[in-house]
Parts: sequence; C-alpha cells; structure tokens
Amino acid sequence: MAQSKTPMLDDLEKGAWPSFITEMKKAAAKKANSQDLLDQLELSYKDKTGYWKHGGIVGVKGYGGGVIGRYSAKPEEFPNVKEFHTVRVNMVPGFFYTTKALRSLCETWDKFGSGLTNMHGSTGDIILLGTTTENLQPCFDELSEKGWDLGGSGGGLRTPSGCVGMARCEFACIDSMDFIQEVTRHFQNEIHRPAWPYKFKIKCSACANDCAAATARSDFAVIGTWRDSLKIDQDAVREYVKGGFDIQQLVVGKCPTKALEFDSAKQELKFDAENCVRCMNCIDMMPKAVKTGKDRGAAILIGGKAPVVKSAFIGWVLVPFMKVDAPYTEIFDLVSRITEYFDEHAKPRERIGELIYRIGMGNFLKGIGLTPQPQMVSAPRANPYIFWQEEEVVKHG
Amino acid sequence: MAKTDFGPPDYRTMIPPVIANNYGKWSYHEIPQPGVLKHVSETGAVLYSVRIASARLISTDWIKELCDIAEKYCDGYLRFTTRHNVEFLVSDEQQLQPLLADLKGRGYLVGGTGNAISNVVHTQGWIHCHTPATDASGLVKSMMDELHGYFTTMKLPARVRLAVACCVNMCGACHCSDIAIVGIHRTIPRINHEGVAKACEIPSVIAACPTGAIRPNPKLKSVEVIKEKCMFCGNCYTMCPSMEIADPINDGVSIWVGGKVSNARTAPKFSRLAIPFLPNNPPRWPEVTDAVKHLVEVYAKNARAGERMGEWIDRIGWERFFKLTDIPFTEKHIDDFTFAPTTFRSTSQFRL
Ligand code: HEM
Ligand code: HEM
Ligand code: SF4
Ligand code: SF4
Ligand code: SF4
Ligand code: SF4
Repeated sequence: MAQSKTPMLDDLEKGAWPSFITEMKKAAAKKANSQDLLDQLELSYKDKTGYWKHGGIVGVKGYGGGVIGRYSAKPEEFPNVKEFHTVRVNMVPGFFYTTKALRSLCETWDKFGSGLTNMHGSTGDIILLGTTTENLQPCFDELSEKGWDLGGSGGGLRTPSGCVGMARCEFACIDSMDFIQEVTRHFQNEIHRPAWPYKFKIKCSACANDCAAATARSDFAVIGTWRDSLKIDQDAVREYVKGGFDIQQLVVGKCPTKALEFDSAKQELKFDAENCVRCMNCIDMMPKAVKTGKDRGAAILIGGKAPVVKSAFIGWVLVPFMKVDAPYTEIFDLVSRITEYFDEHAKPRERIGELIYRIGMGNFLKGIGLTPQPQMVSAPRANPYIFWQEEEVVKHG
Repeated sequence: MAKTDFGPPDYRTMIPPVIANNYGKWSYHEIPQPGVLKHVSETGAVLYSVRIASARLISTDWIKELCDIAEKYCDGYLRFTTRHNVEFLVSDEQQLQPLLADLKGRGYLVGGTGNAISNVVHTQGWIHCHTPATDASGLVKSMMDELHGYFTTMKLPARVRLAVACCVNMCGACHCSDIAIVGIHRTIPRINHEGVAKACEIPSVIAACPTGAIRPNPKLKSVEVIKEKCMFCGNCYTMCPSMEIADPINDGVSIWVGGKVSNARTAPKFSRLAIPFLPNNPPRWPEVTDAVKHLVEVYAKNARAGERMGEWIDRIGWERFFKLTDIPFTEKHIDDFTFAPTTFRSTSQFRL
C-alpha cells in the first residue's frame, strides 16, 4: 500500500470526537484545493508553523467587505491553494435551516469552492473556506441568485448575531432572532461597505444567561430583561421541593442579592422584588415555578471586545432598560448615533470600548446624548480629579 | 448584475411549523437525557432537539448527510448552535428513538446539554489564518478525544465552556471561558529588510502595530521593532509578509481559567492566566490535553453543585486554586498591562 502523505494528520482521525481531518479528506477526494490544503497542513504540523499570508484586497462587485483574502506562503509546493479566500455569508438568524436551503448552499460551494466550510465562524457568518480570486464573482452571483448575501469584514459592521430566543426558549424577554434579522437588514450598507475606523459588532441575547456571549464579544450588546417583578408560582415551588430539590442551596443561597427566602412552614418562596437584579438563576433552576416579568425590554452594554489593543473588555452598561419591539426605531437610532460618533472620533483600529476608555465615559455619553445613571457604574469615582468645564463654574470679572 | 444588500434569508422560512406555531409561547424545558432537550409550549406542543457534536470544519458531504437525517426524522429542519453543535428538531415524538438509534449507529456523539462540556468555540489556526501560534482544530480534536465523556453526560458541577484561540487576537473572544487555550508568540517579528524595502508599504506597516512598536529605518528603507513595546500580536505580518511572527521553536499555548459570560448568579468574568506556556506538540499536544483534563478533574472534585469554575475559584481563592491544581505561580501571573493595579491585593484577608 502507498505510504500516506499525511501521517501526522491521519492520527487525528482516531478517537471518538468528530474529526476535521476526515472532513478535509472527504473534500480532498473531490477537490484539488482541499487536497493541497491537507498537504500544506501536514507540513504545518511537521514544522509547527502556519503557511498563510495576506496580500491584496479581494472582493466582489459592489461590496467592500465579506471576503477574506488568503494566499499560501508556499504556492510552488501547493499551487491549488495559491489563492484560497474565505467567503463570509450571512447566516439565518438563530442558525435555523431547511435542508433545501443547505443543499442549495452546498451545491454552489461544491461548484466554486473547496467544499469545506465552518458552519459557522465565531462571529456568526457561514464561513465558506477556500476559493480563487477568479471564482469569487461567479460564486457570489449564484449565491445572490439563491438568496444568500455576504457578511462583513474590515472596518465596518459585522453580521449581527444572537441567541435562539423566542423560537425555542422560554426565558426570552425579547425577540432576539427578529431583532437580529431587522438590524442586519437595516444596516446593510455599514456591513458591506466598511468605512469606519475599525470593526463594530452587535449581538443580542434574549435574557441575562447571554447564550450569544454578547456582553463579552460585541461592541453593542443587547441583553433581554424586564422591569416589573418576576412571577412565582408557589404550587410549582412546592412540587420542586417535594421532589427533593435543594431549594436552599441551589436557589436561595445563590441569589446574588439575597432577594429570596424559603419559608419552610408555609412552603413558600418569599421574594423581595426591589432587590432582584434579574440574574436569571432562580428561573434557570426552577423554570416551571419562576418566570420572567411581563414588562420586557433590554439592557444595552457597550464596548465588549477581545484583547487587542488595550486588553479584553466586557461590555459596560449604557442603557439600563429600553423597549425593543418591532420596528425597533428607538434602538436603531441609538446604534446610528453611536456608530456616527465612533466613525468621527475613533482612531484607526480603535474599538468603541477603547475610544470610551480614552476620552472618558462622561464625554461619550454627552457625545451621543445620553444622561448618566447609577446603573452604569459599580461605584462612583474615588479620586478627586474631576474635570470641571468652563461653563460649569462662575466666570471671573 | 447580481442583487446586493438584501441581508440574511428570512428565518420565518427556515423554522419548522412547531416553532412557527409556538414562537414566543414556550413554557418550560427539560433534559430527558444528555443531548436531548424537550421544550413544552403553553399550547401543549412539544419539541425535541437532539444535539450532536461537529468538527466545525466540515465538508459539504457531511452537511448533505445531516440533511438526509433531518429529512428522514425532522421534516427537513435542523439548526446549528453558537458552539458549533448541530441540533435535529424533532416535532414527532415517534421519531425521537429511531433518530437517536440512527445517530448512535453512525458514531455521532449526542450531548453538550446542561452540566456538560459543550463543543469548543475555536478559530482557524494553521488551517487558514496567517498569524496563528498554534493550530486550533487539532487542539480541539485532541482535547475532546480525552474529554468527550463529559460531552455525553451531565455529571459536572455546572456547565464548562472550553475555547481555543490560535493567537492573542482571540477571534471568537475566548477571554470569558471556563477554560481557554490561547496560542502565543513569544518573540518579536523577524524582519527581512530586503523584503520590506521591496514589497511593503512602510506607513501601513507602522500604522498596523497596535502598540506603536514599529518605527522606520530609513537607512535600509525598512522598519525596526522596539522590543520592549511588542506584545507579539502579529498584526504587522498581516500588512507585510516580510515581518514573520511565527517562530516554530518558541510558539506555543497558554491556558486561562474561570471566565464566564452568563449573568446567572455572578457577573460575567474574564478568564485568568493559569499556565503561561506549554509547547506545541502536534498532532496530539499531550502536555495541553493533560493540563486541561487535570483542570477539569480538580474542578469536578472540589466545586459545589451549581458552581461554575470561576465561581468555585472565587469561593476558595486563587491562592488555593494554585495549591489544589499544583500549578506553579510565577511573575507571569501578575498583570503588568492596562489594568494591572486592579488585580493587586489590597487587604490582609487571604488564605495562607
Ligand atoms: C484585533 C483582533 C482581531 C484580528 C486582527 C482578527 C483577524 C482575523 C483574521 C485575519 C481572520 C481570518 C482567518 C481566516 O483566514 O479565516 C479572522 C477570522 C475571524 N475572526 Fe478575527 N480577528 C480579531 C478579533 C476577532 C474577534 C474578537 C472575533 C469575534 C468575536 C473575531 C471573529 C472572527 C471570525 C468569526 C473569523 C472567521 C473564522 C473563524 O471563526 O475562525 N475576530 N480574524
Ligand atoms: C434551549 C434553551 C436554552 C436554555 C434554557 C439555556 C439555558 C442556559 C442557562 C441556564 C445558562 C446559564 C448558565 C449558567 O448558569 O451560567 C446558559 C448559558 C449559555 N448557553 Fe444556554 N440555554 C439554551 C440554549 C442555548 C443554545 C441553543 C446555545 C448555543 C449553543 C446556548 C449556549 C449557551 C452559552 C454559550 C451560555 C453561556 C455559558 C457561559 O457562561 O460561558 N444555550 N444557557
Ligand atoms: S440567552 Fe436566554 S433567552 Fe437566549 S437562548 Fe439563552 S437562555 Fe434562552
Ligand atoms: S433573578 Fe437572580 S437576583 Fe432575582 S431573585 Fe432570582 S436569583 Fe435573585
Ligand atoms: S485567533 Fe489569531 S490566528 Fe486565530 S484566526 Fe484569529 S487572528 Fe487568526
Ligand atoms: S507583533 Fe504586534 S506588537 Fe509586535 S511589532 Fe508587530 S504589530 Fe507591533
């Protein structure tokens, strides 16, 4: 038998977890570029280094982003991945698909690309991995014909993404999927023609469990919540307790603000509504007995990002509560005010969180027309160096 | 000319009737067995979601296989999750057991729900990026071959989220994971001056550096890197292939622990440095898989029910974390970047 050209990678076909190498081999059986990808990867494993470079902007007509140019650093050895660009395609909000839609996507990608994909990248887009410069336009033309649009790249809005929300989750306080769909449609130009200092991400989770990791990884995070009181069904509470559920340890003891008490005589869960910070734990633990409130909307957090440049940030509270209902006029207006401010004031490659860090939250709030609220800070300042403005003090003479 | 700017396909055309009819009406859910979610609507309707692991880098062939399965048992509906799992959406309870049996027959792993290790959010690595310090897919495969028993069961104190980023840019923002594995470069870019002079646009290269570590070298018509300012991110290599950041001898991975994104109980937290450096040892990265397995095991043994890794560490303190895990504490663990002082201890309350 012929010796395998990829002994190191072959080892990654063993074991219980699904193997990406097996997937690459399936594609390689049909596509020369996937075969070269596999062979180049074997070399990377052997040499412990990557063999890709950037170089030149590539794209399709009418768009400034949505394609990541990628070139092999070893084109002589691996000519079929000399150009191996990524096409970012808008996913369906909530990642739901009919098999018909998926098959049609596969058909186009088999025709023009490597037959390999990340369903999905970490931002949310469908990542079609690997095609040539020449194939980009026909590939996009066919995708567009079938109803698939491009995602974003570069200094602009990224494809917004969110949690599954009302489609399949009883915790949803807002319609995350619908919001994501509409915000993506509304800001098409900002996604497709990057013109800002740097990337800007919008993500939405329909409750504080934040399954979309919006607070940690988006510049503008929309987190569903409520402002009336959560609802407790005492009969259902008794059912849980009767079933041996440790309500003291798992619910009462875990409430971050001690807003819950279990009255064991009455077998009732007592609740201090004013003190609830809507963390979701009691609801997560006893979904049949505790429900979210009815006056629902979202908190907006700003500035979440990965480390480059100033360290990673987890988003900061910007709007403690706002309604998020179709047609989303108020929240779109907020996004526009923020991104316009960002466009005008940020330095190249500065994310909005870093801009706020540089100029101060107070100045940012003024710039976008929001008033300070105590919910925005974990504590007021402790240092006395307050920057008073001229118009705030009495002028001499 | 092709149509442009029409956005994503309408989700309403992609959801099964049971979801369309019960949208916003779900009442509660149960997890009858690992990997199976049962959602019950106010209307009494029931939806089962069966979650399987995916390799993330997948072929169209496999997607077509998923389609075959979904057409057989789920009227042609399925979805993907934010953590790269696949979910079959079963609206006919009769189809649940046959589907599970079919998946088992194909060797698919059903799981990732509740107090489990779900699929690993990760990035491109050597497969497709230009600045990786390690490969992501290979690390994930190697780790999960060891840890898949935690995917298919729900026996951990709480859910454990793993993530891998192949460089400090951390696409996928793994900085808030229970355990994050991050590829790191440790040496400054090696400049090929001739190459820079010939092919690179010097102002763009200088502008690409987030810390201002690059300055012109007019004599060579090239640039130089101020060693003290470089934090090894590789952004300059993006602009100029003659500034090679990859260093096969010195590249490797670091391990970060205790992050979370959920607001449940405690606020979202960053992952913090546990192990500053482990070598790249493809194809199986034994040092890394051992370290991750060890961390999971120490956590599983010591945390209380319902405690995420970061919540457990908050309770016992970092000083005991390092003791229990037997990980040496070094000067690398003490922050010296933007927010360093916020991490220094200002109280005599600590464990000895
Ligand atoms: C300064 C920070 C960052 C830089 C320089 C950067 C750069 C890159 C580059 C060059 C790629 C292309 C890899 C390929 O060839 O496919 C990439 C992929 C990607 N990045 Fe980033 N990235 C950064 C931060 C982030 C963050 C924070 C996120 C997400 C929250 C993100 C999301 C993605 C996604 C979704 C992909 C596509 C494929 C994947 O998921 O692996 N990036 N990034
Ligand atoms: C079916 C409805 C769902 C319910 C009831 C649910 C429930 C929860 C709960 C209770 C938490 C909080 C965990 C904690 O205690 O810290 C959580 C977090 C999370 N869930 Fe879900 N979840 C659902 C769907 C999903 C889906 C579809 C995904 C995507 C794969 C997902 C991904 C996550 C993630 C990434 C987190 C954050 C974990 C972290 O803190 O790092 N969830 N979910
Ligand atoms: S964020 Fe909340 S509403 Fe959205 S899927 Fe997670 S638990 Fe459900
Ligand atoms: S939602 Fe959180 S803060 Fe509010 S009562 Fe429940 S556990 Fe306490
Ligand atoms: S984490 Fe770094 S190496 Fe990995 S895909 Fe992102 S930019 Fe590339
Ligand atoms: S690796 Fe990053 S920090 Fe270092 S010189 Fe290049 S761009 Fe600057």
